[in-house]
Amino acid sequence: MSNAVVERGTRTDRSDEVKRLERREGWKRRLPILPALIFTIVVTQIPFLFTLFYSLTDWRIDKVEPRQFIGIDNYTSLAGESEKFFREAAWVSVQMTVMAVLLSLLVGTGLAILLDRKFFGQGFVRTLLITPFLVMPVVAGLMWKTQMFNSSFGVLNWVLNQVGVDSIEFATKYPLASVVTVLVWQWSPFMMLIVLAGLQGQDRSVLEAARVDGATTFGIFRQITFPQLRPFLELGTLLGAIYLIQVYDHIEAIVGGQPGARNLPFYIAGRSIGGGNRFGLASSYSVIVVIATIILANIGLRVLSNLLEDDS
Amino acid sequence: MALLTRAPKAEPILGQNRVVAHILAFLTWIIGLVFFFPLFWLTLNGFKEEAVANASPVLIFDPTLDRFKDVTEATNLLSFGEAFANSFWTVIISTFFVMVLAVPAAYALAIRPMRMWRDVLFFFISTKFLPIVGAIMPIWIIARDLDLLGTRTVLIVLYTGMNLPLAVWMLRSFFAEVPKELIEAAQIDGCSLMGQIRQVILPIVAPGLAATALLCVIFAWNEFFLAVQLNPTGASTIPVWVNSQQKFQGQFLAQLSAASVLATFPVVIAGWVAQKRMIRGLAMGAIK
Repeated sequence: MSNAVVERGTRTDRSDEVKRLERREGWKRRLPILPALIFTIVVTQIPFLFTLFYSLTDWRIDKVEPRQFIGIDNYTSLAGESEKFFREAAWVSVQMTVMAVLLSLLVGTGLAILLDRKFFGQGFVRTLLITPFLVMPVVAGLMWKTQMFNSSFGVLNWVLNQVGVDSIEFATKYPLASVVTVLVWQWSPFMMLIVLAGLQGQDRSVLEAARVDGATTFGIFRQITFPQLRPFLELGTLLGAIYLIQVYDHIEAIVGGQPGARNLPFYIAGRSIGGGNRFGLASSYSVIVVIATIILANIGLRVLSNLLEDDS
Repeated sequence: MALLTRAPKAEPILGQNRVVAHILAFLTWIIGLVFFFPLFWLTLNGFKEEAVANASPVLIFDPTLDRFKDVTEATNLLSFGEAFANSFWTVIISTFFVMVLAVPAAYALAIRPMRMWRDVLFFFISTKFLPIVGAIMPIWIIARDLDLLGTRTVLIVLYTGMNLPLAVWMLRSFFAEVPKELIEAAQIDGCSLMGQIRQVILPIVAPGLAATALLCVIFAWNEFFLAVQLNPTGASTIPVWVNSQQKFQGQFLAQLSAASVLATFPVVIAGWVAQKRMIRGLAMGAIK
């Protein structure tokens, strides 16, 4: 398409016939994208418009009265006393996402640096480390809850008992920390893979030259490796945040409805289709989540566009 | 280009010193084993008697396959066989649709880029930024009105929508690796479009296609939120089945473990087999 435009601009003396051909070529090029584009819009974007509309109504699907348009009343009520659970869930969401992303990024980077070397069994250890990412989230949650955190039969508590500490029912006592632990266990491998790709993409001869010139390991990491890793770290943060803001499975499996680790997706589902039936109000929660994510995503997109810059 | 199959590396970041290198290698092994431990423990528990599993942790015991028999043969609300069939068809059909829609789009975005291709790509990936809770209520209402709640169809459509942006994103990077000169040479030789695709492009992108499809399979197989919200009974999938094995009274740990092993290992093994390509696809999908 861009070629066609340029050519049309420079060769004005071309006949209409050729122009028409080129326009047809442009359509031919765009055509393969349309099915995917239309499908994506219909399945992911149109429903959100409905959510926006619902959020301006007092709709409860369990009542027979017709839904009424109430403007932004749902939104103004979010600041009031009646919606303190919403604000609680929002705060849990923020803490959970920030902690899980940062910790898994940290652990993942550490693992990647350790793995980025030749040693006996390197491939095998990498396979071991990747595995948590492949585990079904529900299973990860149930497994940690019943077999690691559990106060009677859990392995963690068994270890604590061996060193003379009394058993702790982690999932009830520290619900948020428990969920974050499992999230970090699953997402560190993902971060590790991304950072590993960055590490293995660096030019080894530059590193060697730096070392010959007497640079220290830390100096090399700070001045050569880290700047090269930055886009990869940013990418990991973005992708991790997008998924982790939506966490539901782990919460359902580990803490269920217990307060303290109910994040927004969990709360919203419970308030609407999960039996709460407050579709209008819950839609306004959803809209808030979407707006927050859009802000996050905009920052992220800027990062991604830097990544794509040298790729045309 | 071949990131993970590169020639022996000369320069690791840490551990120039031999002793340090050995210590670091040992440390890496330990961490790897610790990361894997919960899954190892889960698998062991699946082979235990309930009385052994619901007691202080032990490593040595008489293994039994009975728990696997119990969970696969049980005929409660949702049997293993039904859940497996639902998962299988939902995953296979949605992945098929994803590929059918994503391959032409990725081809168009990579091989013969048009104006604004970057915006189109951004649009695709930005749909992933819309949290699913932003759309779940209308989806539920629409599915209810179309009488699709509790069917495979609703999950197939939604999983296709869920994986499509990621697939376009990954596939574009694989298509972008096909050297333009090769395609031009084929054109000069009078090769038709289908011929170019079959003989030049496909052999190069085939491993990438496989990795992308596999990733879609893993995500769809593991998906729980939509499955439990839209499809709690009837055509429910494996994650919902595993969650239903959790009983709140009595001894169930070994049974739950056996069920978890059955649910997890199909995709874990698939992931192990294809790990190198998937890693590259995931990381390079964004970088290249």
